[in-house]
Amino acid sequence: MSNRWSGPLHDVAADAGHVDPPPRVGFFTDTSVCIGCKACEVACKEWNAVPEDGLDLLGMSFDNTGALGADSWRHVAFIEQPRRLGHQETGFAGLPTGPSGIPETAVAVEPRLREAPRGGAELGTSPLPGRTEPQALGMPGFDRPGDATGAESRTDFRWLMASDVCKHCTHAGCLDVCPTGALFRTEFGTVVVQQDICNGCGYCVSGCPYGVIDRREGDGRAQKCTLCYDRLSGGLEPACAKACPTDSIQFGELDELRERAARRVEQLHGLGVPEARLYGHDPNDGVGGDGAFFLLLDEPEVYGLPPNPVVPTRDAAAMWKRAGLAAAAFAVAGVAAFLGEGRR
Amino acid sequence: MGSNMAEAHPVGFQWVMEAKGRGARVFHVDPRFTRTSAVADTYVPLRAGSDIAFLGGVINYVLENDLAFHEYVAAYTNASFLVREDFADTEDLDGLFSGYDPETATYDRSSWFYEGAEPGVEDEERARSQTEPLQTGAGGAGVGGAGDVPRDPTLQDPRCVYQVLKRHFARYTPEMVERVCGTPRAQFLEVCRGWTANSNRERTTALVYSVGWTQHSVGAQYIRTGAILQLLLGNIGRPGGGVFALRGHASIQGSTDIPTLFNLLPGYLAMPDDSHADLAAWIADQRSDGHKGYGYQVDAHLVSLLKEYFGDAATPENDFGFGWLPRINGDHGTYRTVMDMIDGKVFGYVVMGQNPAVGSAHGKLQRLGLANLEWLVVRDLNEIETATFWKDSPEVETGEIVPERCRTEVFLMPAASHVEKEGTFTQTQRMLQWRTKALEPTGDRRSELWFAYHLGRLVRERLADSTDERDLPMQKLAWDYATEPGPDGPGPWDEPSADDVLRRINGYDLTTGELLSSYLPLKADGSTSAGCWIYTGVYAGGVNQAARRKPHTEQGPYDAEWGWTWPLNRRVLYNRASADPEGRPWSERKKLIWWDAERGEWTGHDVPDFPVRTPPGHVAPEGSTGPDALGGDDAFIMQADGKAWLFAPHGVLDGPLPTHYEPHESPIRNPLYTQQGNPTRVVYGRPDNPSNPAPPERGSEVFPYVLTAARLTEHHTAGGMSRQLPYLAELQPALFVEVSPELARERGLEHLGEAHVVTSRAAVQARVMVTDRMRPLRIDGRTIHQVWLPYHFGHTGLVRGDVVNDLFGVVEDPNVFIQESKVATCDVRPGPRPRGAALTALLEQVRAAAGVTVETGTRIATAIGTPHVEEDS
Repeated sequence: MSNRWSGPLHDVAADAGHVDPPPRVGFFTDTSVCIGCKACEVACKEWNAVPEDGLDLLGMSFDNTGALGADSWRHVAFIEQPRRLGHQETGFAGLPTGPSGIPETAVAVEPRLREAPRGGAELGTSPLPGRTEPQALGMPGFDRPGDATGAESRTDFRWLMASDVCKHCTHAGCLDVCPTGALFRTEFGTVVVQQDICNGCGYCVSGCPYGVIDRREGDGRAQKCTLCYDRLSGGLEPACAKACPTDSIQFGELDELRERAARRVEQLHGLGVPEARLYGHDPNDGVGGDGAFFLLLDEPEVYGLPPNPVVPTRDAAAMWKRAGLAAAAFAVAGVAAFLGEGRR
Repeated sequence: MGSNMAEAHPVGFQWVMEAKGRGARVFHVDPRFTRTSAVADTYVPLRAGSDIAFLGGVINYVLENDLAFHEYVAAYTNASFLVREDFADTEDLDGLFSGYDPETATYDRSSWFYEGAEPGVEDEERARSQTEPLQTGAGGAGVGGAGDVPRDPTLQDPRCVYQVLKRHFARYTPEMVERVCGTPRAQFLEVCRGWTANSNRERTTALVYSVGWTQHSVGAQYIRTGAILQLLLGNIGRPGGGVFALRGHASIQGSTDIPTLFNLLPGYLAMPDDSHADLAAWIADQRSDGHKGYGYQVDAHLVSLLKEYFGDAATPENDFGFGWLPRINGDHGTYRTVMDMIDGKVFGYVVMGQNPAVGSAHGKLQRLGLANLEWLVVRDLNEIETATFWKDSPEVETGEIVPERCRTEVFLMPAASHVEKEGTFTQTQRMLQWRTKALEPTGDRRSELWFAYHLGRLVRERLADSTDERDLPMQKLAWDYATEPGPDGPGPWDEPSADDVLRRINGYDLTTGELLSSYLPLKADGSTSAGCWIYTGVYAGGVNQAARRKPHTEQGPYDAEWGWTWPLNRRVLYNRASADPEGRPWSERKKLIWWDAERGEWTGHDVPDFPVRTPPGHVAPEGSTGPDALGGDDAFIMQADGKAWLFAPHGVLDGPLPTHYEPHESPIRNPLYTQQGNPTRVVYGRPDNPSNPAPPERGSEVFPYVLTAARLTEHHTAGGMSRQLPYLAELQPALFVEVSPELARERGLEHLGEAHVVTSRAAVQARVMVTDRMRPLRIDGRTIHQVWLPYHFGHTGLVRGDVVNDLFGVVEDPNVFIQESKVATCDVRPGPRPRGAALTALLEQVRAAAGVTVETGTRIATAIGTPHVEEDS
């Protein structure tokens, strides 16, 4: 087997059959300079004619989008936490404060999440694997490791904002499982759904390790960020990056973005923000690295991102072998073979 | 301070983030932890309405620790000027300056003058009703004999401004700041250290404010305090320094330059009043003895404006048509006008680009005014609340407006959006940027220019044969702007040319027909025209300078070829102060302009803001006036004495120095003085404008919380441009009220539950947002809670909610008539608000509980207690 199912892949576009493709492009989202203006969400919808996604007050800080989905291709998360950001002074000392309100607000939001059909993905971050207790996810960041809880009086606070988007994985689960060829790898190394081919089967929805791709209600076809394929073809940067006032969303050639991101992490560490770390930049991770990667200031779960995303096809080779040995595993073998065929 | 820049000005905030990336330290001082605070290095909480105490504390820190930029202060400010002996400070008179008259709530300002300067006889009533400080805007207030004022350059004389300042702020200690603002001492001192350490020859500090500072009953003095501090630290006229007023809309700066205000003409020229019989009388009123600088040139500026207005009809024989200008004779401000509507004195109203039924303080007052008109014209992108009030306002629910009986005839005129018209926007930096039209407007939508031009054309047609003298101004107007075929094709409804209007604003040399390149050649003899003298030069060399778009990568440090900044494309005002008195930059790192001795002129990276050939050390000849009277170190060329005013001997109605007064509505007693609030604030004591009591009045405990309101990034002001748009509406789909966890526990408020905020005017329902971003403060030994709501919602659109501005009453700053809508008091109660008659009953009940009468809040001189109520109320 070649390594095209998982692990580092030098040239995704060439691997997909593009002859002499341009350099792979992507996003580096530096959440440390995000001001939560949501211009990315609006610019994306304007350019791509993505419909409105519901007029609901979610109570999750300033996040009323909730999650990425068919009708939201950019999503800005707002995370209120009772802890300090780097050396930031947030003026709590000496104030007549009581305990933090974050647990209570999370409790108020949580029942709404549990009733939500996609396990909370409509309203906020997806439930984390491995949790048995109902997890209050109303305010992203509730009850994370290192959070201060139960304090008599709150003394610290930070407000994180981060714009999430399709990761345009090196090994894209959605693309790998698509039976119709509607999902394809562009010459820019990005992953795009062709609406005229998609039959709405929804395999891609479960194939995505990030919960990004989604079927549009009333239409059924899969929808997600195209990294503005049409704009790229016209030599323009994607709408969200163009609209971002603080350059939190940076568009460019992936190799250069990774170098830039490494320098930025180093700079932030030097400025006393040791919690700065990259997410999705590593070609050795479970998806072979993301085309859209992030600088985060906390664990990925806090932002609603899976800590160790793994493309389902990483285990396809092993599954294939097992399928050959076990007659009882016909169904599994069939799916795996289908996955292999479906990839173009 | 007073600004949530990241949320309200996100595009401009990119430069703050860029500066931060280069090592700038960002402090955010605000009642609420906002998206700006989230990315600041230091967030400092304070109580809404206490900023003068905070800044006064920083000033005291500077003076006590001798941290002022002495050479700068001595040369360029009035620190060394001696103040009259009979001046008495608020520290002497327990919160009042000398000259206060409790009956009229005005000051006789003569004792505030400089030693030896002769105060003229001032009509204080007139000054107040016309907001004189606003009228003297560009030129500054006159000070007779300013050139001969005795000075003490050592700044030691007890009567010199520096020493007066020192005494005035001596009690604004860190302890007092903590007591008044609730800001813990340690954090306050961190701001002091950061500000002063970064302000010297090598470094400058920028101060940014927005309407969080202006919308107070002491709003103008907030800005004064910031200006005093920045002057003491040498942060004015220098690169990286300044006091930045972030304006509230795309071209609000433009709409004060070419004003929509009742008392100003374009270029900050005073609107004539009924005392100005002729041009000479008006000019005399604008000048003072020994008047220095460019403010003296008002005659040339006004005559050129009249030539633009009336063209050939304006001649020296007829005073250039001065008699055709309208006259003011009192307060015609927006709030007075609305009350006059209620009182049946105003019959028609044209509302353009505004939604007062939602966006102005005391929404109910606004809507009741609208309901008592004969006709109302609303021009907007959507059918906003100001056009629908008669059928769906909260007053319909309570029966106060009956649709069938509301007599106001509403004309809704569809407006073109900003991408459907061309012209200039003037932004916060005074920069004009030309915009081309991207799309033709659809249907009946038209530009403002089209509407105003054709309205004028039709009115002139109707009046063409009139012999009534009052119609002369319309008949004489040079209403001859070039037109071009518009959406209706060629014909009588052609689109007026925005380019031609810009040329006319720029102005011409009428003897040659050439466009002017500078305001300096403007003359008072009728040989030049200019629609707005400060904009002259925007069409320099026959080129639309506002349309320039040279990228910063292709030009120098001040990007002089991007757009055009008034005046004369100057990027930094008063930049003479960027060099020392000898004309050398204060430091290599901060050099901007300097004196080139060889060439005998000022030069540098920016357009010098000084007579270009007046050398450092120049002493003006005896008896000179205007620009000729400027000495080599008179850096503040628009001031009548050439100096920046730490102490304002004239031109401000509520005191020569800023003083902390409690807001009109406050839960606490002023810790500094017996005088509680601004003793000259404008109150409208009327039954339809009740106030919540403030100490020492009884009943303030009924409204125990501090209320403040502001914007969200996701919506535009009164919502007319955002609540109708799904992409924006979905991002903030409901009205909410932010409360701290502590207040939520105190009042039994549940996250996402309903609550209602109550004042003596209204009850507003909102969803509860419990957040750690809100926090209680300890003020004068008490725990004080603040609540915040965004004010974008109304009863039309995709997302709807109660009008937050209904909570506020109308009380104003005396200098500029800005309303105090950034702070009031309130109660917060769980659950939805009552509806209909039950709502009226609730409000009656809270007013009764608090003992609110028409006199509440109107005893503005605390110690004397004369109520100021309207006679017929």
